[in-house]
Amino acid sequence: MNESTTKPKPNYITAGNTAKSWLLTVDHKRIGLMYLLGMTFFFLIGATAAALFRFELATHNANVFANDTYNRLFTMHGILMVFFFLIPAVPGVLGNFLVPLMIGAKDVAFPRLNLASWYIYMLGGTFTLGAIVLGGIDTGWTFYTPYSSVYADSQVILAGTGVFITGFSSILTGLNFIVTIHKMRAPGMTWMRLPLFIWAQYATSIINVLGTPVIAITLLLVVFERALGFGIFDPQKGGDPVLYQHLFWFYSHPAVYIMILPGFGVVSEVLACFSRKRIYGYEFVAFSSLAIAAIGFFVWGHHMFTSSQSPYAGLIFSILTYLVGIPTAIKIFNWTATLYKGSILLSAPMIYALGFIGLFLVGGLTGLFLATMAINVHLHDTYFVVAHFHYVMVGGMMMAWLSGLHFWWPKMFGKMYNEFWARVGAVIIFFGFNFTFFPQFIAGYMGMPRRYHVYDIEYQPFQMLSTVGAYFMGVGLIICFVTLVSSIFKGKPAGKNPFKATGVEWNQADSPPDQHNFTSPVKVDVEAYDYTDERIYQDT
Amino acid sequence: MNLLAVKTRPVVASDYAEEVDALYNYLLGVSVFFTVAICSVIVFFAIRYRRQSDADRPEATKDGKLLEILGSVIPFILVMIMFFWGAKLYFDAYMPPKDAMEILVTGKQWMWKMQHPNGKREINDLHVPVGVPIKLTMTSEDVIHSFYLPDFRKKMDVVPGKYTQMWFHPREEGVYHLFCAEYCGSEHALMVGRLHVVSPAKYEEFLSSGGMGAMAEAAASDDPVVAGKAVWEANCVICHSGPGGIGPNIHKAFGSMRELETGESILMDDDYVRNSILNPNDDIAKGYPAAMTSFKGQLNSTQISQVIAYLKSVSEADQ
Repeated sequence: MNESTTKPKPNYITAGNTAKSWLLTVDHKRIGLMYLLGMTFFFLIGATAAALFRFELATHNANVFANDTYNRLFTMHGILMVFFFLIPAVPGVLGNFLVPLMIGAKDVAFPRLNLASWYIYMLGGTFTLGAIVLGGIDTGWTFYTPYSSVYADSQVILAGTGVFITGFSSILTGLNFIVTIHKMRAPGMTWMRLPLFIWAQYATSIINVLGTPVIAITLLLVVFERALGFGIFDPQKGGDPVLYQHLFWFYSHPAVYIMILPGFGVVSEVLACFSRKRIYGYEFVAFSSLAIAAIGFFVWGHHMFTSSQSPYAGLIFSILTYLVGIPTAIKIFNWTATLYKGSILLSAPMIYALGFIGLFLVGGLTGLFLATMAINVHLHDTYFVVAHFHYVMVGGMMMAWLSGLHFWWPKMFGKMYNEFWARVGAVIIFFGFNFTFFPQFIAGYMGMPRRYHVYDIEYQPFQMLSTVGAYFMGVGLIICFVTLVSSIFKGKPAGKNPFKATGVEWNQADSPPDQHNFTSPVKVDVEAYDYTDERIYQDT
Repeated sequence: MNLLAVKTRPVVASDYAEEVDALYNYLLGVSVFFTVAICSVIVFFAIRYRRQSDADRPEATKDGKLLEILGSVIPFILVMIMFFWGAKLYFDAYMPPKDAMEILVTGKQWMWKMQHPNGKREINDLHVPVGVPIKLTMTSEDVIHSFYLPDFRKKMDVVPGKYTQMWFHPREEGVYHLFCAEYCGSEHALMVGRLHVVSPAKYEEFLSSGGMGAMAEAAASDDPVVAGKAVWEANCVICHSGPGGIGPNIHKAFGSMRELETGESILMDDDYVRNSILNPNDDIAKGYPAAMTSFKGQLNSTQISQVIAYLKSVSEADQ
């Protein structure tokens, strides 16, 4: 970065800017940026894999890749995107950067542990990349047994170890945030004055701490069975392959909420700022995050309606799944109601946030199809499921992530990006996304199974549309990427509070913030999202 | 390509499929309504209350209790209808009727093996008579597969180490999709078959026809070549015959030198055939993936000797 001599005050980026000071930093803001770098790297590899197999999928024949290559590509896409992008993105980057700033703290509760989390994350990523370089892995991101533990002829042990290791980073970050939010709030920052982003991080951290150990031990058992011949899941040794699915989804369903809840938090901040309104039903939105986190632990069996689990267990899982849907539906109503009589500015973060509501809505509603037992039997393991979770994960989580990244970018780097190109990127991503994934709902209901690179020609029109849409979306992502990165070098100085937002991070910290976050003691005397407060409109 | 001519719904092959479609239409109706309603409201607000507009904006709006109650109660009622309707259909479809005809299905990387009540076997094709409820009793020899008949809206996982069941009631003659829906490795996308629903007369004819129909009888023959042919046709032929197979064409190759992936060559003799059946990854044929799984525990030593006898009998190589 250019160490400008005209800058009077050093900030967290420029103060002592040496390689060593970055690698050994315990500053939560620098660690957030390091997560941003690592995560962008894994995201780009995962996205490249998607670009390659979407090309193959455009027609019903195998054109470019042999089946083993195709299987490795979609597995690589799934593992990198789920474990190294979707799960850590918002907590690792925005959470690390913002949790202390938003509650008026100097740092997280355990700064050294926070640095360790980043190294653990990168170590896990290195193992997984190693698995890819040394021949790849072909089990799908779900690692279903006994295929993964006995039959697969690929790098299951390395990839499983990578995911196992990176899980500890989630656990430690979760622990750090819980303690930070409990113990380090500034005077006057009561629980009911917390920004909804903090509530969302809090709920996410609870799931991370309670759920991640389960996936860790499950993957360890797969590795043991594969390497040492344990008979846990292999029926030939008396194991039960379906047991694996119970253990896997016991974590991986709550993991969906690990991915999406932080997104809820981001969207709440952005909607409030760009409609200049308090979030409608603040208390409800705050507590529903906790409710979703709790109920989310009891719905895993809805992934297993066709697995030979008891149909009576299926009944319970089905009804609980609908119950999670209710608080989620009310959140959507609340966000929409927030816009009512607001003063709406369709800035880039706002376009992403409104796009999030629409796409997440479709993702949620199609979740109801999959919760319906008789419909699920037909749709399970088809493209309908692929479309559904991409609407939640990409349409929901990725849109929220990009919204948050644009929103807090000026705070992180002190520079404004080009608003016009940022909006263009947002609009292209929104339409490209729908183009990509909407046709997959139809292909799915028509019965096209997922993970097929060779398929019946009657599904080809939908796959063709999907491929075209994916490249369209890719163009949007490139525009977004270039716009953000170039702003670091060419952007205008952002000033303390360019969006005139409420919140401690905007009003009491510089952009970029000082090494120690705040130069004067923080005191909070207003509710969250009080857009009638005159102080936020004063220029500094 | 005429987009309007593109099919967007699967074939309806049974009464049950029709019932599932009705429920699907209900879900579709609810979803489309809420998507259109909420998205319209968002677009309307974004225009009406855009920052430049001088719309009426009171100082502060209060959180309305009525909206929150309606916002919970209406979705709750709508989803409970989904739950009970979906659960009812699921349980209706769970237990096969008593008069169902039972067919045994075995999943194996990467083929479906079927056996009819009279012992007749098929691979990847399944012939059933129209109008008769069919019960499938299924298991897997290796990993988890899933037997999926999209035109019947039915699917059930096929799990090693246990039996699972599904049933369906074909109402029209025709040829229908059969897919493996659970990812099972290299050739998962090729683990595809066809369901042939035929008239009862044709089904009878099929059961008593020659070819694979005589297989059970042949397998019991004292002549090792006859029995070996039956074993070959039940287990090996799908991958190892003709060009373009998953494995090399070795039908008439006994006694010849085989090229391996390592660059070496090896004589296809008795011991090589035996070892390749039991430990297929020891010697990988040149240009082919290591895709075959062991037949250990599936073919006994007598059956292996019979296959070898058969391969010798049809070989064209100088032995």
